[in-house]
Amino acid sequence: MTVKLDIQLQRGGFHLDAHLSAPAGVTVIFGPSGSGKTTLLRAVAGLESIDQGHVSIEGADMSRVAPHHRAVGYVFQEPRLLPHLTVMANLKFAQKMGLVGAGQSFDEVTDLLALRPLLQRYPGALSGGEAQRVALGRALLSAPKCLCLDEPLSALDHGLKQRILPYLERLRDQTKIPILYVTHDAAEMARLADHIVLMQAGESVLSGPASEVLADPAAVQFLGVRAAGTVVVGRVMSPDPVTGLAVMGFDGGQLILPELAQPEGRKIRIRIAAQDIVLASEKPKGLSALNILDGIITDLHQGQGPGVMVQFKVGETLFLARITQYSAERMGLVLRQRVFAIVKASAFDPAGIGT
Amino acid sequence: MSWLSLSPVELQAFRLSLWVALVSVLVSLPVATTVAYVLARSRFWGHGLLNALVHLPLVLPPVVTGYLLLVAFGRRGIFGSTLEALGLQLAFTSAGAALAAAVMAFPLIVRAIRLALEAVDPKLEEAASTLGASPVKVFIFVTLPLSLPGILAGAVVGFAKALGEFGATITFVSNIPGETQTIASAIYSLLQVPGQEAAVGRMIVFSILLSFGALLLSEVLARRMVRR
Repeated sequence: MTVKLDIQLQRGGFHLDAHLSAPAGVTVIFGPSGSGKTTLLRAVAGLESIDQGHVSIEGADMSRVAPHHRAVGYVFQEPRLLPHLTVMANLKFAQKMGLVGAGQSFDEVTDLLALRPLLQRYPGALSGGEAQRVALGRALLSAPKCLCLDEPLSALDHGLKQRILPYLERLRDQTKIPILYVTHDAAEMARLADHIVLMQAGESVLSGPASEVLADPAAVQFLGVRAAGTVVVGRVMSPDPVTGLAVMGFDGGQLILPELAQPEGRKIRIRIAAQDIVLASEKPKGLSALNILDGIITDLHQGQGPGVMVQFKVGETLFLARITQYSAERMGLVLRQRVFAIVKASAFDPAGIGT
Repeated sequence: MSWLSLSPVELQAFRLSLWVALVSVLVSLPVATTVAYVLARSRFWGHGLLNALVHLPLVLPPVVTGYLLLVAFGRRGIFGSTLEALGLQLAFTSAGAALAAAVMAFPLIVRAIRLALEAVDPKLEEAASTLGASPVKVFIFVTLPLSLPGILAGAVVGFAKALGEFGATITFVSNIPGETQTIASAIYSLLQVPGQEAAVGRMIVFSILLSFGALLLSEVLARRMVRR
C-alpha cells in the first residue's frame, strides 16, 4: 500500500509543487509554517483541488475523486468532533455513512486508544487530549486506505503529547497503511518517522528513509539547526553496574540515559540533537559527561552561517554534530579522521525517546 | 368567568389563526431552509437579487403584498387560473390565508435559519466529508442538526408573525367569518361596531396568551437542545 503524490497547485501567491511516495509506515512531512505541509495533506484528502498532477492511493488515481469517496482518514489540528453526537456516534459516523472496509474493528481501536470510558460522553465534556484521541479513533474507523495526520498534537500541552505519542507509536507498528504525518516538532518526527519528506516554500526538497535524511548534513539547511540530529535505534540494557544509571545499547556502543523509563530488552529509538554533541580530536579525560563515543568522520558539511555539520560513524550508527567553523579549522577536521564525541546524558530529551 | 368564554365566531377565528400559522410555517420551513442554505453557502450571479426578493415582503406595505398575491393567485391571476383548473382556489379561502401568512413570515424565517447555518463551522462539515459523507449526507447529519436551534427559532418567529398577519391577509383573502377571518381581522371587525369592548378585550387576552405560550415553548425546546 502506497500513496504517491505528484501535484501542483496555485492558491493566490502560494505555489505548491510536491512529489513524494509514502509506503506503509509513518511518513513525516516536516517544514516551517507556510511551507505547504497542510495544503499537501488536504490535497491528498481531496479537500484542496489540484491544478496539475496526480494523487494515487493504492495505485488508483484519486485526483478527481470527491473527498467522501477517497477513504482517506484525516485528523486535523483540532479534533473537529461532531458536537451533537456522543463519542460512540462520532466513532461510528463513518460506518453510518457507509464506509465499511477491512480496517480495524471497533474494539481494536477503542482498546488501542483507551476510548472505552469515553463512549457515552459528548465532545463538550472531553479534555483536549481525549478529544484528539477520539478524532484519531474516528479516522481509523473510517476504513482508511491512508491516514493524514495534520499536527494532531500541536494544540496539546507537553504532558499530553507524551501520553498520546505512545498510542501513535502503537498505531504505526500495528497498521499497514501509509500514514502521512505533518509536524514541525523535531522530537515528534524523530519518534515516529519511518520516512521523511522535507518541505520548503511549497516544494518537497528532500525525501527518504528517516535514518538517512536525519543523518544527511545537507538536510540541515531545510530542517533548521535546532531540529538537526540523528535517531539512534537500540535496546535497553541492564543498568550500569557502577552508577546504576539506565543504559541503551546500539550498533557501535552504548549510551547512558538517566531519563530512560522503558523496561530492559525493549527496543527504543532516541533522538540526539546535533547541537548537544561536543567533538574532541583526542580521547578526553576528566570530564563530567558520561557518554564518550569513538567514531570516524564520514562527512563534513559547510552550511550557511558560522556552523559546520560533522557526520561521523560509531560502529554502523551515524551521528551529526554541529560545531563552529572556527573549531573545525582549529581541530583540523578532515574526512576519515577519528573523533571522540561527548554527549551529555542530560541532553536527552525524554520526549525524544520512543519505541 | 362568562366574560372569558368565546363566542362560536371568535372560537372559529382562533382555530383558523392557529391553523393558518401552523400550515404557513410548515410549508415555509423546507423552502426557507433551502433558500437560506443557498444564500448562506453559495455565491452566484443573482445572489443579491434573490436576497432582495426574499426580503421584499418585509419592506413592502402588506397591502401591496396582498395585492400582488391577488394579481398572481387570484381567480384570473397569473398562476391562479392554472391552480383553479387543478381544483385549488387560493383567493378568499383559508388556504390563501395560509399562503399570505407564509409569504409575510418567509423573510423572518429565512433570516433566522441563515444565521444558524452560517454559525455552523464548515470545518466540521469538512471532517464529515473525510468520513465518507456525501454533500447531501453532510447536510442531513451535520449541518441540519447543528442549526436546529436556529431553525426552531425561525419557526417560532414565523409562527408569531403568521398569527398576527393582517394587511396582506385581508387584502388577499378578505375577512369572511368561518373561512378567512383570523384573530387579527376578527378584532378589526369587532372594533368597527360600537359596544363590543368586552369581546375585543377577550380576544386580545387570548391572543396575548397564545403568543406568549408559543414563545415559552420555543424557549423550553431551545434549552433542551443546548443541554445536549
